[in-house]
Amino acid sequence: MPRSLKKGPYVYPKLMKKILTMNEKNERNIIKTWSRRSTIVPEFIGHTFAVHNGRKFIPVYVTENMVGHKLGEFSPTRTFRSHSGDRKEAGKR
Amino acid sequence: MRIAGVDLPRNERMEVSLTRIFGIGRTISRRILQETGINMNKKTRDLTDEEGVKLRTAIDRDCKVEGDLRREITMNIKRLQDIGSYRGLRHRNKLPVRGQRTSTNARTRKGAKKAIGGMRKKGR
Repeated sequence: MPRSLKKGPYVYPKLMKKILTMNEKNERNIIKTWSRRSTIVPEFIGHTFAVHNGRKFIPVYVTENMVGHKLGEFSPTRTFRSHSGDRKEAGKR
Repeated sequence: MRIAGVDLPRNERMEVSLTRIFGIGRTISRRILQETGINMNKKTRDLTDEEGVKLRTAIDRDCKVEGDLRREITMNIKRLQDIGSYRGLRHRNKLPVRGQRTSTNARTRKGAKKAIGGMRKKGR
């Protein structure tokens, strides 16, 4: 079930404020954020976020195609180290 | 009788026979037949040429079918993969995309069971 359209997309308000002030000044700084649940809105395009994945911050450069997704989608939280038997796959990485 | 590059089975009722086209199920099939005013219980072999033309134009206009639809689907998946989203990664690794469990089940995505090491000890 998607979020009600009446409310508009959810963006952590402080994050939105930071972006807007940066857009006004035409700055491009990396923004550290824990707000994985924020929707990517068109204002974010061109910025780089450092999105927390529970352990460290993953740099995410936002492009046009990403609008509508959440920041957390681009910062994987799980590390998969191959199974003991998979010799082929272990070689690939 | 060919529509959108697919042969329709001659002995089926129109409602069913249209579903042979990729992208048309029972719902859309019924809607098309209603719009074109063709009896959905009519067999495909009894269809007149005009009715065939009507069907083709209706399908061309309203629905994305066959190759176009398949392309759209792969493009959507490709987009997810290119932007590096979690769903894209799951597609790449051929694992379930929508948060299902993978400890057991998920056989559709993972394919047939593979034996896991541990039994063979020597030589590997």
